[in-house]
Amino acid sequence: MSANYEDRNRNYEDRQRNYENDDDGDRGRGGRGGRRMHRRRICRFCIEKVDIIDFKDLRLLSNYVPERGKILPRRISGNCAIHQRMLAEAIKRARNIALLPYTTD
Amino acid sequence: MAGLRQYEVLFIVDPGADDDEVAKITDTFKQIITDQGGTITKAETLGRRQLAYEILRKKEGTFVDIELEGSGKEIAELERRMRVNDRILRYLTVRMDEERQRAEKFKDKRARKAAKRPFGAGQSAARRGTSDFAPAVDDASEG
Repeated sequence: MSANYEDRNRNYEDRQRNYENDDDGDRGRGGRGGRRMHRRRICRFCIEKVDIIDFKDLRLLSNYVPERGKILPRRISGNCAIHQRMLAEAIKRARNIALLPYTTD
Repeated sequence: MAGLRQYEVLFIVDPGADDDEVAKITDTFKQIITDQGGTITKAETLGRRQLAYEILRKKEGTFVDIELEGSGKEIAELERRMRVNDRILRYLTVRMDEERQRAEKFKDKRARKAAKRPFGAGQSAARRGTSDFAPAVDDASEG
């Protein structure tokens, strides 16, 4: 179970890294190699000064919904609390109206 | 608490309905809203798309988005009608004014923060008199 969990965790981080890359190139994010990675906590929404997260914006939301359909946790994405809450709300709305899945099997 | 509320209503129409029928359904809903005293600020058909999960055995549907302003009575009537209408697979009503207000607050806070920064745009903070750190230049110009 625990090994499995680790795997999934790594998947999350990979996705996150991809997301960072395709958005605005490489931001200073050196020094990995240890078992646990210490990445700087950066809230992308704060940087871009997002005040409202639209639940119809699937392009944005899908970055925070891994294959399983779960909401990407804050400890992975680095979002601030305020924006994580807004994001979670938006994802839940999108689920309700069948824009995003509740689960995938 | 007075003042109009802003809502966004998104609903999914049965994939069996063609464009005309979707337009007809949308029009009747718009009529209901205006009859109840609401005003429509935006109405848009987002088109047909795949559903993330099946609803009533349907795998896709046409999404229609209506933004409106009103007291809340329109929403009650609209939702009742949508519940009864079996061409509507799903609907979602979201209240927008509270979120927009919150966004305004964030924006305001950011502006104030920027103003507070020394050697930044200190002017607005000095004018408001909230900052105890007003650049000397501003003081001179005011006096």
